[in-house]
Amino acid sequence: MRISPKRDRKETLTAFLFLAPGFALFLLFLLGPMAYSFRISFYDWKIVNPAKSQWVGLANYAETLANPIFRRAVINTLAYAVVTVPAQIALGLAVAILLNQRIRGRAAFRVIYYLPVITSWVIVSLLFEYMFIGQAGLVNYVLRDVLGLISENIFWLADPILTFVPIHLLGIWKGVGWTAIICLAGLQAIPEHLQEAAEVDGAGVAARFFYITLPLLRPTLVFLVVVLTIGALNAYISNLLITNGGDPLDLTHFVLTLMYEATFGRLDFGAGAAISYMLTLFVFIISVVQIRLLRREMDI
Amino acid sequence: MGMKRSRFLSKTITYILLLAGAIIVFIPFWYMIVTSLKPQSYIFEIPPRLWPREVTLQNYVVALSKDRFGLYFLNSLVVAITTTAVTVFISSLLAYAFARLRFPFKEALFYLLLLGMMIPPVMLIIPQFIVAKQLGLLDSLQGLVLVYITMNLAMQTFLLRGFFEDIPQELEDAALIDGAGRWTIFWRVIIPLSRPGLAVVTIFTFLYSWDEFPWAHVAIKETTRRTLPIAIALFQSQHLTEWGQVFAASIVALIPVVLVFVIFQRYFIQGISTSGLKG
Repeated sequence: MRISPKRDRKETLTAFLFLAPGFALFLLFLLGPMAYSFRISFYDWKIVNPAKSQWVGLANYAETLANPIFRRAVINTLAYAVVTVPAQIALGLAVAILLNQRIRGRAAFRVIYYLPVITSWVIVSLLFEYMFIGQAGLVNYVLRDVLGLISENIFWLADPILTFVPIHLLGIWKGVGWTAIICLAGLQAIPEHLQEAAEVDGAGVAARFFYITLPLLRPTLVFLVVVLTIGALNAYISNLLITNGGDPLDLTHFVLTLMYEATFGRLDFGAGAAISYMLTLFVFIISVVQIRLLRREMDI
Repeated sequence: MGMKRSRFLSKTITYILLLAGAIIVFIPFWYMIVTSLKPQSYIFEIPPRLWPREVTLQNYVVALSKDRFGLYFLNSLVVAITTTAVTVFISSLLAYAFARLRFPFKEALFYLLLLGMMIPPVMLIIPQFIVAKQLGLLDSLQGLVLVYITMNLAMQTFLLRGFFEDIPQELEDAALIDGAGRWTIFWRVIIPLSRPGLAVVTIFTFLYSWDEFPWAHVAIKETTRRTLPIAIALFQSQHLTEWGQVFAASIVALIPVVLVFVIFQRYFIQGISTSGLKG
């Protein structure tokens, strides 16, 4: 079908009218700020009087990288991703496989498993903090008096390592529901007759899982690894609330709680912007690498 | 026969595992509910109890009357509803253009928009703070709404475009031949046929803006403009030991999201599957 140039021009005009409100907001509050922040990261930025800001080149980046608190925050953040991403996927996949059967009460189970996902991070962070309180906390009580695994109360929240137990558990607990729903969608896309045929051929549960389910679920799993890793590297609220932003001794920061402190605590906007750019670059590289690696395996 | 018995066995195991998982997932919520119903004197009781010895609504009465809780609830509601309504409208416009219209730089613009899905939101907080400051949007609900809409646009446009593309082109062609303009088609044909998609966008956006913390935490310092997540976080840091009240407030804040989720559960699952797996 040929379309006259006049109609073409009219359609373009219409299209731009449809796009205008969205792209106006997008430029003003997303792309613009992103570019602006890049500039700020090269300045000793004065928020009160930006005209007095001084160009410092890469100093914000260099100082951040040399800062031991930042290095510790990087390690903490990476550890969080390494622990919580595989755990969420393993548990989410298990829940999805269980839910992907003809059973009663599926809807009710789905609601319960999804409850942590829809609850605000603020609420669940406070909840986990309360459960892990040293004296009279529920977790210590269960470990000591019910299971007899420990003889003394553990002061989870006062220790720079142990404080990550509630933070990691929270991350996993809150994410399993979403991971399970995504896996469930992936499972439902697998044709049932494949499973049935394999069963008729005598393939056991394990064989069917490893030779049918897992390979066909690969695109879903790749997607999950990438998205969950991005989420984990951007974790922020639970740490801010549970450690009060780095307690004890600034040893428990995540990269973003440190960014928050640099920016809004010390009003060092340049350093904050540098930190967020480095994180974004890192997240981007990690995502590309993951997609490459996991895709390649898939092609074999 | 053996097959039938092993079916029964595997079903039983499935139920046991699902139930065990559900209990583990639910215990923290249960503990929150129980704590919110305990008198303050039992908050640090040893041993802690999963069944309250004494039930009282005192925490709810105190928490809800303290600190302008009603106002914060209203702020959250205004922000979430406005954000949701505007986001649904604007992202539908975008999605329609990308699904059905021909225009130059279409692909480039679409990828530019997708960039919005990849940028970590917290990275934008500093420059958004500066922009909002210059526009006088700090300490205002409008400032929250505008940023929330922007942060949702990419994802929701992407999602809706998928729904719009599934509507048969013939319907639109028929309307065009009848002389209808694009706006009429958008408003009278596309929108009414996309209710499930619009429901998904509604739910996602509502939950996001109801729960959002980082931006509100930075942008709002004025007490009367707080939304619930900031109010609850600050309440806890000011009343360190009054967990009963903290959780009473939390549960009231949770009610709208649970309602929205339970009512729209079906669409929600569908939406996650569509938006998630097309990525």
